[in-house]
Amino acid sequence: MAGEIVEGFVQAIQLILSRDPEVIGITILTLKISLASTLISAAIGIPLGALLYYYDFPGKRAVVNLVQTLYALPTVIAGLFIFLLISNQGPLGFLHILYTAPGMIVAQMVLVIPLIVGLTFAALSSINPEMRQTVLSLGATTAQSLWTLIGEARFGILAAVILGFGRAISEVGAAMIIGGNIRGYTRVLTTAISLETSVGDFALAIALGFILLSVAIIVNVALNLVQSGSMWQGQAIS
Amino acid sequence: MIKTEGISKRYGEKEILRDISFWIRDGEIFGLIGPSGSGKSTLLRILDLIEMPSEGSLSILGEDALSREARFNLRRRMAMLSQKPVIFARSVYDNIAIGMKYRKASQAEIHDRVFRALQDIGLPDYAERPARTLSGGEAQRVALARAMVTDPEILFLDEPTANLDPHSVEKIEEIILKLNREKGTTVVISTHDMLQGQRLAGRMGVIMDGRLPQIGNTVEIFHRPATKNIAQFVQVANILQGTITTHHGGEVTVDVSGKVFCAVSPLDPGTKVNILFRAEDVTILLEGNPRTSARNVFAGKITRLMPSGPFVHVVIDCGIDITALVTIRSVEDLGLAMGKEVWVSVKATAIHVLPWEK
Repeated sequence: MAGEIVEGFVQAIQLILSRDPEVIGITILTLKISLASTLISAAIGIPLGALLYYYDFPGKRAVVNLVQTLYALPTVIAGLFIFLLISNQGPLGFLHILYTAPGMIVAQMVLVIPLIVGLTFAALSSINPEMRQTVLSLGATTAQSLWTLIGEARFGILAAVILGFGRAISEVGAAMIIGGNIRGYTRVLTTAISLETSVGDFALAIALGFILLSVAIIVNVALNLVQSGSMWQGQAIS
Repeated sequence: MIKTEGISKRYGEKEILRDISFWIRDGEIFGLIGPSGSGKSTLLRILDLIEMPSEGSLSILGEDALSREARFNLRRRMAMLSQKPVIFARSVYDNIAIGMKYRKASQAEIHDRVFRALQDIGLPDYAERPARTLSGGEAQRVALARAMVTDPEILFLDEPTANLDPHSVEKIEEIILKLNREKGTTVVISTHDMLQGQRLAGRMGVIMDGRLPQIGNTVEIFHRPATKNIAQFVQVANILQGTITTHHGGEVTVDVSGKVFCAVSPLDPGTKVNILFRAEDVTILLEGNPRTSARNVFAGKITRLMPSGPFVHVVIDCGIDITALVTIRSVEDLGLAMGKEVWVSVKATAIHVLPWEK
């Protein structure tokens, strides 16, 4: 067994260094799907988070709690939910996106949007409450106010988007249920690792694992850069 | 013109402002003075239309400023500078430009005005700096520039120079006066620094515990405060308790622990009163007036000398303590020292009489 693992590592490195077309293909598809789902989620989640921050309404606290609870939504549950919606018998069955990349993007959005909404809300809530009054006093419309405040919370919001991307690229449950792990169409890093491990192709699994870890490290470094940037900019002197 | 009628503000059970009614003329500098926490900031936020009063009516520039439709447009005709201004995490240029961007001014006009404002506030080379790296005084000047560049018809200043270095204070006061003089901007400034109020404002309102007990020019407020609390706030050094003994045609005599003061008051004999006079209205004499009948002249002995800048507060025990304010030079010329016997004199017209309050 130990020999197999060592052999697996060696072959994995060879696969990566030789730019194996399958490894490259899976990686590119994974990045495409996760980037798309993250960007669409940001386009929806940031304005929603800003509106949640800006307007007071009855039940606001409950909505915030619900959103935060969804951070931990199990990915298979999101997968099941979307499956029921888009399967042929489902209400959105006419879209025919089950077992397709767009279907996976939708499923990942369900996982990422709450994260971006909640963290955008938190980032805006952490800015000086007097800033809202200042913006108002300076003559901003509601839309201008929101735009300025989002700009002020940009580091926190960018961090939210990066975390969202991390969740999208690393989840396996929804990708498996909605994508179906079809080679060349919906096979992404996580589902491929899962499959190769179960069939005993450790070399490919480990190679893909390396790549996924590298992406995770890059995401983490980016997050740290964003946070140190915010600390530098935030050196407030009253 | 700004006109308020019966404005009150409550946060839950806590009453911050109560029944505030006053008006401010176009083009004047109006001071709001009062201790910290008296409600000045809340009143200014209500006037700047970023907070709603709980009760009352407010008209600004001829419009009903509490109506939803009017508020947004009125806000764009006014500006506010607060004690701790909010500085955006952007460049100094972007901070100053923001109000003009909201108003969709052209890039060229924004550029032109921002650089002119940077000159005015004495920070011509600061455009590209991250605004959050500025010192407190610099940040305050940038916030003033930000408020000025939109050409407000009314400028609200909430303790604009508290905790700033003297140079920044001077600079900011100079800009405010210039703005008022050259553009006719109406300025409403709150301060707990009475001297600043005196330097800048024509008329002032005194805010105490959320009420507005007195409005007047600086002379009225400093010399004829409406209540004992105001007298203490504007540092009237001599506040004495007594009883009116005689009244002849507007002139009264007041007995204060056996000393008789002459003053001007409509109050009747028998009324318990406080008599107030400022230390600077007390004259120290080395020799008593030969006419022993001279009014308001008392013999005493110096018990304390308290220097304060170029002046000295001198406390003279005449049976009652009377405080005089003299220059350091006078102290030397007159040879004033502890234990020295002197005479003090105060004009009857300098004495303000108030019905006694607890």
